[in-house]
Amino acid sequence: MANLETMTINMGPQHPSTHGVLRLVLELDGEVVVKATPHIGFLHRGVEKLSEHRTYHQVLPLTDRLDYLAPMHNNLAYILAVEKLLGIDGQIPERANVVRVMMAELTRIKSHLVWLATHALDIGAMTVFLYCFRERERIMDFYEKISGARMTSNYFRVGGLSADLPDGIEKEIRDFVNEMPGNVDTYEGLLSGNKIWQKRVCGIGAISAEDAIDVGLTGPALRASGVDWDLRRDQPYCDYQSYDFRVVTHTDGDTWARYKVRLDEIREACKIVHQCLDRLKPGPILADCPKVVLPPKKDVVNTIEGLIHHFKIITEGFKPEPGEVYVGVENPKGEVGFYLISDGSPRPYRMRIRPASFVNLQALPQLVEGALIADVIAIIGTLDVVLGEIDR
Amino acid sequence: MSEHPAVAKLKGKFNDSVLDVAEHRGQTTVTVRKEDIVAVCTFLKQECGYNFLTDVCGVDYLGQTPRFMVVYHLYNIGEHLRLRLKAPVEEGDARIDTVTGVWSTANWLEREVWDMFGIDFKGHPDLRRILLPDDWEGHPLRKDYPVQGPDREPYQGRLS
Repeated sequence: MANLETMTINMGPQHPSTHGVLRLVLELDGEVVVKATPHIGFLHRGVEKLSEHRTYHQVLPLTDRLDYLAPMHNNLAYILAVEKLLGIDGQIPERANVVRVMMAELTRIKSHLVWLATHALDIGAMTVFLYCFRERERIMDFYEKISGARMTSNYFRVGGLSADLPDGIEKEIRDFVNEMPGNVDTYEGLLSGNKIWQKRVCGIGAISAEDAIDVGLTGPALRASGVDWDLRRDQPYCDYQSYDFRVVTHTDGDTWARYKVRLDEIREACKIVHQCLDRLKPGPILADCPKVVLPPKKDVVNTIEGLIHHFKIITEGFKPEPGEVYVGVENPKGEVGFYLISDGSPRPYRMRIRPASFVNLQALPQLVEGALIADVIAIIGTLDVVLGEIDR
Repeated sequence: MSEHPAVAKLKGKFNDSVLDVAEHRGQTTVTVRKEDIVAVCTFLKQECGYNFLTDVCGVDYLGQTPRFMVVYHLYNIGEHLRLRLKAPVEEGDARIDTVTGVWSTANWLEREVWDMFGIDFKGHPDLRRILLPDDWEGHPLRKDYPVQGPDREPYQGRLS
């Protein structure tokens, strides 16, 4: 007599392959998942509530603690939303825009490296993990030299950048993006032809384009299902329309497709960084809007106007006119957007973060139901979620 | 008058329902009656190509009537257009129909609005708290919910 009862087990929140504090309650029939229920919120810090009590400038450090694997992208999305709210989005100097794009693409490489490292480690390929973290470390060094922090970068400012690039960094970044495509080939050499890897990812967690749109997937997970949509090209920000890059898509919609899309995105990101380095010319890094843009330190200590503006912005903050804007950017994980409502005060009346990982994770039950329990690990990895952004 | 192509279509079909059309920084916001939200969303998805639901969130305008707004951000993947849809919800009847039947994306997003604002989504398949524990009291993103939490003394230092 067969036993038809299912078994309910708990996975996480401390399970190493749940990438943080994701808890899944799995209902199993033997080794097959019948039902999966994600439980989230263990990392909830109330960023949206806190931001209503801070000036626009003070909200910025909260944002790079969302998706902590791609901090500059969160900063960028927030800053672009504030600039749009102020109506100064057309006045950003070219050098600031080029540096923003360059840092955004380096961040994309960095985030995808962590994804590949942990995804491969979860499935059992430890060498790739070590290689990826070796390269990621170099981007962390760039972060440290440019912004002063390895993770909580807090580098962009309303109207431009907090500081110019340090001397000699351009050559280091150039060397890095020259070598990076070769490194990606190395990772592919370790994985793509590997029979175990193929068995673990091919055909696993497949989702069709219609279902992916319906459930709200964005970013590489959506493009792997064949939807040709990238906000960098389709709703350009920071002058992305003037860069030459390919939007990578794949048709299969499975874990293999998402793996290929992300690897190709690293290669495309390297191309964009090359173009940024070619364009980098000396020039101002802050917009000429003294009422809202923090002046450079030398103006604060040397001119009375700089001192006054600095004092006013720090003590009172600037007051955008009442209204509301939404700005979404193409994060490494999908669309991250900020919806800001101003009531004319120096604090956001409401700040809503549109999280990429939160919406992408919603597809998880659909992807794992009917799969083996071992594949749940692969599917969590392939969705590339960050709990800091999910729980906010 | 808004240039947005969906606005004219919406007005043609749901003239009584459209309460307001606003434009700010080139972005269009359409406010509709909450009773028609599912019909409007279905129309926008099927007739106007808004096949992607980017976001659902709530806003608390404490002191105004109606007190709450539920905000929907829609995206048209074919033509790359955005549209913001809002529906006012009164405090005394904090309920609105769910749009999970139109886009599955709305499931978790509406759960979060319930969690944070206490707005009930009628017909939602699984309306539970999502970020906070099940036994949490109150809805933190309401403006009358203290930032330090209900069980602590207010912070005496500077908050800004």
